[in-house]
Amino acid sequence: MSPVPERRSNKKVLTSVVLVVIAMFGFGFALVPLYDVFCELTGLNGKVKTEAQAEIISQVDQSRWVTVEFVTTVNGSMPLDFRAAVDKIKVHPGEYQTVTFYGVNRSDKPLIGRAIPSIAPGWTTQFLKKSECFCFNEQRFDPHQEREMVVRFAIDPELPETVGDVSLSYTFFDISPQ
Amino acid sequence: MSVSAIHDDHHDHGPAKGLMRWVTTTNHKDIGTLYMVTSLIMFMVGGAMALVIRAELFEPGMQFVDPMFFNSMTTLHALIMVFGAVMPAFAGLANWMIPMMIGSPDMALPRLNNWSFWLLPFAALMLVSTLFMEGGAAAAGWTLYPPLVLQTGAAFPFTIFTIHILGVSSILAAINIIVTILNMRAPGMTLMKMPLFVWTWLITAFLLIAIMPVFAGAVTMLLTDKFFGTSFFNAAGGGDPVLYQHLFWFFGHPEVYVLILPSFGIVSQIIPTFSRKPLFGYSSMVYATASIGFLSFIVWAHHQYTVGMPVEGELYFTYATMLIAVPTGVKVFNWISTMWRGAITFESPMLWAIAFVVLFTMGGFTGLMMSISPADLQYHDTYFIVAHFHYVLVSGAVFAIIGGVYFWLPKWTGRMYDERLAQLHFWLTTLSVNLCFFPQHFLGLAGMPRRIPDYALQFAEFNAWSSVGAFIFGFSQLIFCYIVIRCMSGRGEHASGEVWEGASEHGLEFNLPSPAPYHTWETPPNVH
Repeated sequence: MSPVPERRSNKKVLTSVVLVVIAMFGFGFALVPLYDVFCELTGLNGKVKTEAQAEIISQVDQSRWVTVEFVTTVNGSMPLDFRAAVDKIKVHPGEYQTVTFYGVNRSDKPLIGRAIPSIAPGWTTQFLKKSECFCFNEQRFDPHQEREMVVRFAIDPELPETVGDVSLSYTFFDISPQ
Repeated sequence: MSVSAIHDDHHDHGPAKGLMRWVTTTNHKDIGTLYMVTSLIMFMVGGAMALVIRAELFEPGMQFVDPMFFNSMTTLHALIMVFGAVMPAFAGLANWMIPMMIGSPDMALPRLNNWSFWLLPFAALMLVSTLFMEGGAAAAGWTLYPPLVLQTGAAFPFTIFTIHILGVSSILAAINIIVTILNMRAPGMTLMKMPLFVWTWLITAFLLIAIMPVFAGAVTMLLTDKFFGTSFFNAAGGGDPVLYQHLFWFFGHPEVYVLILPSFGIVSQIIPTFSRKPLFGYSSMVYATASIGFLSFIVWAHHQYTVGMPVEGELYFTYATMLIAVPTGVKVFNWISTMWRGAITFESPMLWAIAFVVLFTMGGFTGLMMSISPADLQYHDTYFIVAHFHYVLVSGAVFAIIGGVYFWLPKWTGRMYDERLAQLHFWLTTLSVNLCFFPQHFLGLAGMPRRIPDYALQFAEFNAWSSVGAFIFGFSQLIFCYIVIRCMSGRGEHASGEVWEGASEHGLEFNLPSPAPYHTWETPPNVH
């Protein structure tokens, strides 16, 4: 076969194209942390901080009420009864409240669960201050044990006045070793 | 376009003898043929799965298959049609046509070419074999959303590995095509002289190398979530299933343009030839294709309007998506202007190309309807979206491929296909494809959900029509198989080198004899 006139070496183009492929594979994985950062910056997605924040004594805004509703869900077929002591409470922005949740293990085996919090509307996550939450740790339930769990939180007085209701949602996931 | 070196004076080694020719070949024409034949087989396999779906949906109630198997059918039908039929068909056309169109003797990396093809049949076989595994094949839809897809049984890792292998195969093909187009053009074949099929494939190849690695990463994360305890998409471990949707559609939206851009290229070759005019607005076609390629990367979340996006997000994705209609409109305008006052004849390739323009535009319009996020809440996951993407992928991508095969088959085999049979094939296919998919618009608007094997009684008539259309469509393709096999086995009239009247003005490939010799353009042509 007669030689092909090559203006650039194939190797050079090949190398740069392969580098693009490798870079894009890396980019796919880089999107995972980027996604979290993006959600945190924009407050999308209702992801709630899973670390305690120190209680700050701030001015309690006595002039208005915010209704906080609680939603409890158990993921999949985890044998757990999970409910909040109250469906909703009214709080003044700035004041700390403690709400009790109950979990009952319906099975004959010990259960380890992890509650994942979320808030709606998602962007209000930055105004939720929690000093204590059962969602910060794994929760262990002995067979047929009933346990009380608490959340202590306040709503930041900076919360825009247009928001009258927020929903706090907790979903229990079964993370018992199989 | 005129050419000075028309003939190779060097009559040389033909193909090797025996079956090993096909295993060891590095010839772009052989590999093109392998791709096309594999694609046709997978098209029939995927089509058979579609007929299982349509048989079950012929009447309300459960008839033939259980729901799990039904969902495996929808999943595998999509994966096979996308990765096993349409993409290999484009790769086959690229292998056959790009070197002949740009005046190159072969692809730039022939051994890589062989490898990228031979990964394909094994991956396809592995995918089909998951049907027989414990727990059945993947049934979560081709999007493979977690957490549902993680419930797949023994088939799960095989499905993922299949996607890895198919991904490697198409990345290698794309790399090869990029290097070939950038490096192997004949003297005088500047970028802005390249036929549009070559241009659209160049842009497609860039899309492929950018998105397939991301998809490979996303399914790898599924795999480690399932087997190695990671929590990329597992909320219990701090992950987020919605992240998968973003990763998937970052791949998935450019992917649907991978499935359509080469079709634009094929149609842009066919229409000028049979209109006996140069393509109207060549450079605007190139820029429109490039802008569609760029826009495809910034609109992915319009597949996810229902996940709970903020209003700003929905607005952005709505407007960005609508923007795609502009370059697409430019292309449709140019095709029609090419035909305007042309001396048009209606041989089969032209019929397919015209049907493509009409039906693809209809599919594009339903796409525009769905780009409007508040309206999309009604269309989401209904038969409306099924109708939309079948209009753009069946009467779009598949029609263009079939048209391209009729257009170049005489060049490949040296035999003219049977025009009367081909016309019968065209009319049966076009009427049945509309009978099959048009009623699905109404079903979707009325709220019939997709991927469900049963439906409410009021949907019965439209579904019955749709199933009748699907069966006529499916069996009409046997005519196509017969026509192709007849030409391949050397029956039918001899085709001239030019094949179509005046075609040598429209492409270098029609300056070669028919059938195209095993080696072509060993002396590069001079393109003026």
